Amino acid sequence: MTLRTACELAIIGGGPAGMAAATQASALGIDTLVLDEQPAPGGQIHRGIETVQATRAADMRILGEDYAEGAVLTATFRASGAAYEPGSVVWQALEDGRIGVSCDGASRMLTARRILITTGAMERPVPLPGWTLPGVMGAGAAQTLLKASGMVPDVPVAIIGTGPLIYLIAAQFVRAGVQIAAVLLTAPEVGMADAIKLLPGAMRSGRTLLKGLAWRSELRSAGVRMLHGVSRPVIEGAGQVESVSYTHGGVRHRTPVGLVLLHNGVIPNTQLSLATRCKHEWDARQQYWRPQTDEWSATSHARIAVAGDGAGIMGARAAASQGRMAALDAAVRLGKIDAARRDAMVSDDRAELERQHALREMLDRLFQPAQELLAPTGIGGVVCRCEDVTVSELEDAVEKGCTDVNRVKAFTRCGMGPCQGRMCGPTVAQVIARKLGQTPDVPGQFRIRLPVRPISLAELAELQT
Amino acid sequence: MKGRAIVIGGGLHGCGTALHLAQKGFDALVLEKNSAGRHASGVNAGGVRQLRRHPAEIPLSVAAMERWLHLDAFLGADLAAMCEFTGRVGQVAAAENDADMASLIARSDEVHRLGWTHEELLDQAELRKVAPALARHCVGGLISRRDGYANPYRTSQAFRLKAQRAGVRFQEGTRVLGLEQMSEGWRVETSADRFESDIVVNCGGAWGWQIAGMVGEVLPHVDFAPSMMVSARLPHFLDPVVLGVGRKLSFKQTDNGTVVIGGGIFGIPDLDAETADPVADRLIISARTVSDLFPIMRTAVIVRTWAGLEARMPDDIPVIGPSTTVRNLWHAFGFSGHGFQLSPIVGSLLAELIVEGRSSLPLEPFRAGRFSEGSAVTHPEVAS
Repeated sequence: MTLRTACELAIIGGGPAGMAAATQASALGIDTLVLDEQPAPGGQIHRGIETVQATRAADMRILGEDYAEGAVLTATFRASGAAYEPGSVVWQALEDGRIGVSCDGASRMLTARRILITTGAMERPVPLPGWTLPGVMGAGAAQTLLKASGMVPDVPVAIIGTGPLIYLIAAQFVRAGVQIAAVLLTAPEVGMADAIKLLPGAMRSGRTLLKGLAWRSELRSAGVRMLHGVSRPVIEGAGQVESVSYTHGGVRHRTPVGLVLLHNGVIPNTQLSLATRCKHEWDARQQYWRPQTDEWSATSHARIAVAGDGAGIMGARAAASQGRMAALDAAVRLGKIDAARRDAMVSDDRAELERQHALREMLDRLFQPAQELLAPTGIGGVVCRCEDVTVSELEDAVEKGCTDVNRVKAFTRCGMGPCQGRMCGPTVAQVIARKLGQTPDVPGQFRIRLPVRPISLAELAELQT
Repeated sequence: MKGRAIVIGGGLHGCGTALHLAQKGFDALVLEKNSAGRHASGVNAGGVRQLRRHPAEIPLSVAAMERWLHLDAFLGADLAAMCEFTGRVGQVAAAENDADMASLIARSDEVHRLGWTHEELLDQAELRKVAPALARHCVGGLISRRDGYANPYRTSQAFRLKAQRAGVRFQEGTRVLGLEQMSEGWRVETSADRFESDIVVNCGGAWGWQIAGMVGEVLPHVDFAPSMMVSARLPHFLDPVVLGVGRKLSFKQTDNGTVVIGGGIFGIPDLDAETADPVADRLIISARTVSDLFPIMRTAVIVRTWAGLEARMPDDIPVIGPSTTVRNLWHAFGFSGHGFQLSPIVGSLLAELIVEGRSSLPLEPFRAGRFSEGSAVTHPEVAS
């Protein structure tokens, strides 16, 4: 297969937003190329959907209805005529439409007239004490293993944190026969009262709400121990996870476990949008940065749009709608259709986005990130795994006058490792803000430069430009 | 109190100059438009190099090296440790062929003629001994054995903290917008307040020529953005810093195992946005040079790149000395990509010149007037 070096619309990411956008764009006659890091379309939410559907019927039942919804989206995308290059890692995207991409160990620059970034979400880092012990992983990563290869843990599991994903993965694990020792929910209890007020709006997505309630009753009838209002969770063990201890009902408890899954909601994966230097804004409620986008997902850069969870967490359905709308807008900008035709084609997606928005208002209130999990306390708490930087080293840098994330990075190496600060950036800002009594947006964001993903020197030396 | 001094720019030379003025009795204030050490001082490749210095810089570089090797005495033990300086590993220029070697021999002859002994020729066997990881085709080298490297950002913060301990005040986030000469001293307009001072020292780095322009002093310069790339950690394979001869390269493995590659790849400077971006198409050249010179690097992974902002003067050496157009204004900028190693010495020499009217080492070659006199000689480029 010859890899493309030019296209009209380059879509980076093969999840719901990317697939829906590519399908719509192709239908409008746009020469579209989807660059996907994964080996097959689906993104994180529908990861491996084609294989699971074809060969693993039992896993299909475990993964449930939301996962299965990806089958139609994926099949439609496959039939759309959009070019698809799996295993393509984008390490640079520029304002002028050039993209640096690595595939099968070789890199090239390709030029697009327009770029749509659909790189989705990542799990919010949860640097609670003991999070770097072997046997601790993100709940999303555990779900990825289940989707990609049907792997489930064979030791007792504790799930700690907040967010709808916790109920889903717990339900999936129950169906797969995993022993769940405890689900420790850290959401502040005030969230619930606020959320009730939002119920009328969210009822427009009644099916989704019912599904959430169904997961909970599934867990209850399976006898899973679910504790609300848990605080000060600590993961313990000598060289490997052995137990978790936590406060519940004013009493300290300890539960022996072999695996701990952490989750504190998801946040937009902004590495690529940051690297393009488009404008970003702070979401104070959900405590994350997102690129500034208009209703067509256009950013502050004329050639670049960001759709789906990468532009702010709205879920898979909203992502698909945003993707289609971004494709319609791309068609206008590329001269395929006029604005009137675009506007006439969006009513369903607009309505879907409104529904999802109302639902999200409620979910966001219910599952606010637990503040005490956002920044580690205790002098030995590790913030940056790549460079092994502790919270006390960060605080020392702040005391010496390094008062923003980039100064702290330069002083401590925190964020200089292979992940380019993807994992520690939010935590560094929280630590500085706590120390200086600021809101976490004030210390800023890491400057992200190429390569957004590591690239071998040999590959760079042989780069085709 | 000798008087009031405003130093524009909180980089290494600004901090160093303010420190020495304070030590000589001045009430010193540093005005920094961003944060101290934000640009070239904090983001350079960190080379502490006497090797292949411009002849005019050699006396300063040798004196600076003494201070690097005794940082405790200069900064105090805690701030000295902050710099993460590694000395005496050497910097070595590696000749890839006979033409490269001939130029190193000529250079060595020139340095010895000037009476200096710190640059030593190496034959092929000696080169392999100091840098076994170098490709076998390298035929010899030129080494300065006391050289090494330091952590540039941490060094810039150590200099700032040292100046603060000496009583220097810093006002960060304050951009100088205009300089007005009054009957006695200066009025300095900034984005924050208006300041008055007896003397002003321009340590504006990449923006130094703009400060000079505020008093009608036009100095030739080129804006440029040296860029660097860094590998993931590798097992230790190299002690000295290795420089290219026929090809542009500066290559070092730091104590933490990462490799810093720079020395001649330029990104795109944007002085107004105060940023610079590395350019993939240009990094290719460095990647090729590295994979030719260090076979071990072919499987290495590049994890970061960055670029800094610098002003380069036509003869590749800085401007250090009084303004040619107005009294009570001094300059120290335009270090052309290799000011880091000089940072312990420049501020003390300039403070001598300002306070005592003469400096203990010759600053005359760096006078701003050399351009209008037509006496500046364009010097072959040297790696930083």
